Amino acid sequence: MIEIDGLEKSYGAHRVLLGVSLRVARGEVVCLIGPSGSGKSTVLRCINGLESYQGGEVRAFGERVDQRSAGIHLLRRRMGMVFQRFNLFPHRTALENVMEGPVHVQGVPAAQARAEALALLEKVGLADKGGHYPAQLSGGQQQRVAIARALALKPEAMLFDEPTAALDPELVGDVLGVMRTLADEGMTMVVVTHEMGFAREVADRVCFLHGGTIVEEGSAAQVLGAPRHARTQDFLRRVLHAPGGSAA
Amino acid sequence: MSQFLQNARDFLPILLQGAVVTVQVTVLAFLLSSALGLVLALGKLSSVRAISLAASTFINVVRGLPIIVQLFYIYFVLPDFGVQLTAFQAGVIGLGIAYSAYQAENFRAGIEAVDPGQREAALAMGMRPALLMRRVILPQAFRIALPPYGNTLVMMLKDSSLVSTITVAEMTRAGQLIASSTFQNMTVYTLVALLYLVMSLPLVACLRRLERRLGAGSRR
Repeated sequence: MIEIDGLEKSYGAHRVLLGVSLRVARGEVVCLIGPSGSGKSTVLRCINGLESYQGGEVRAFGERVDQRSAGIHLLRRRMGMVFQRFNLFPHRTALENVMEGPVHVQGVPAAQARAEALALLEKVGLADKGGHYPAQLSGGQQQRVAIARALALKPEAMLFDEPTAALDPELVGDVLGVMRTLADEGMTMVVVTHEMGFAREVADRVCFLHGGTIVEEGSAAQVLGAPRHARTQDFLRRVLHAPGGSAA
Repeated sequence: MSQFLQNARDFLPILLQGAVVTVQVTVLAFLLSSALGLVLALGKLSSVRAISLAASTFINVVRGLPIIVQLFYIYFVLPDFGVQLTAFQAGVIGLGIAYSAYQAENFRAGIEAVDPGQREAALAMGMRPALLMRRVILPQAFRIALPPYGNTLVMMLKDSSLVSTITVAEMTRAGQLIASSTFQNMTVYTLVALLYLVMSLPLVACLRRLERRLGAGSRR
């Protein structure tokens, strides 16, 4: 469903991705882990063309992802994205945020979009928060609204860019719970995360990135439980032993 | 004092007629400058180099010219090129163009102050540039730009007196005409000053309230 071949990207002289290849099949949950600066978020942002790239190729649903192509917006509508800092529209209520895509991007009638948006808010546990503005919601609630907003476009795949990294620890669980439900329902997901517990439990596959390449890739049990590469071992040791870390 | 009140009673009807024209000039020129300013701001932010260059050149030229010179040019010079405008039309258009440059800078600053994450979220939803601008960026940019925008309206109310130089019979011009025929300079210009304050101070108060209302509940 998502095919990345030899992806290369640089900002000026700084090379961020040095040839990343990755396949994500329909219904698969793939977690990208690695230290900050390893390029994992950049890979994710290349999948829906938020970032351009210089070498290699990214294909989604069989089509080449090109930031400058005329049809990029059509490709993006088939993928939902959730950001680290939520990026809800602050001038619209939670319900309006969820309705925005269906009504204004897809042209769904408002009444139908409203009913579907309310159902989605209920699904993420925020049925009673539809009338609240983002500023009136906690970080965890905002992120769940953001997930509902992405789901409202009925995407075929979901991209998560460190969805819990900006949350207070006690709010992380609710967001991961919603993501777990999505995975159980068979949603195709690519998740950049530091939540090793989530990755171990939910991911079909885990990729460890370091210095712009995928150093190690395999099942969650293998990569997280018995890492072969010294870099992976070192990274996991740091993450799992970090004070207040997200070992879970 | 009773003399002042007596004179005021005679002069006020004429000054109030002028005040109506002042309001008309201000409102129309403000609308024109807003529309033109928005076009210029979007032009300046365009990724097409020719468009952004044209917009910035226009803005710089307009900002570099005194408003009075622009008014004179439109009213006295354009007829030589076959463009005949009434003084009122020339005043509205001249003031509107002169202020569009400042409006453009206000709008551009507002647009650029919107969190880049907003644009990314809208793009990720599959919005195209025009929809993204209309639904996501401009509503937020307007809130950010509202204080300078309101300030511009107040400045424009005062600068509308400049169109008196091309014979538009707004309030300052009405005052000049009365003063030159009655020599009651103190009475006339005191009244004119008070009338400007009567218009501008409530306007400032209204804008404050609008800022507060739009700010509430929608901030991060």
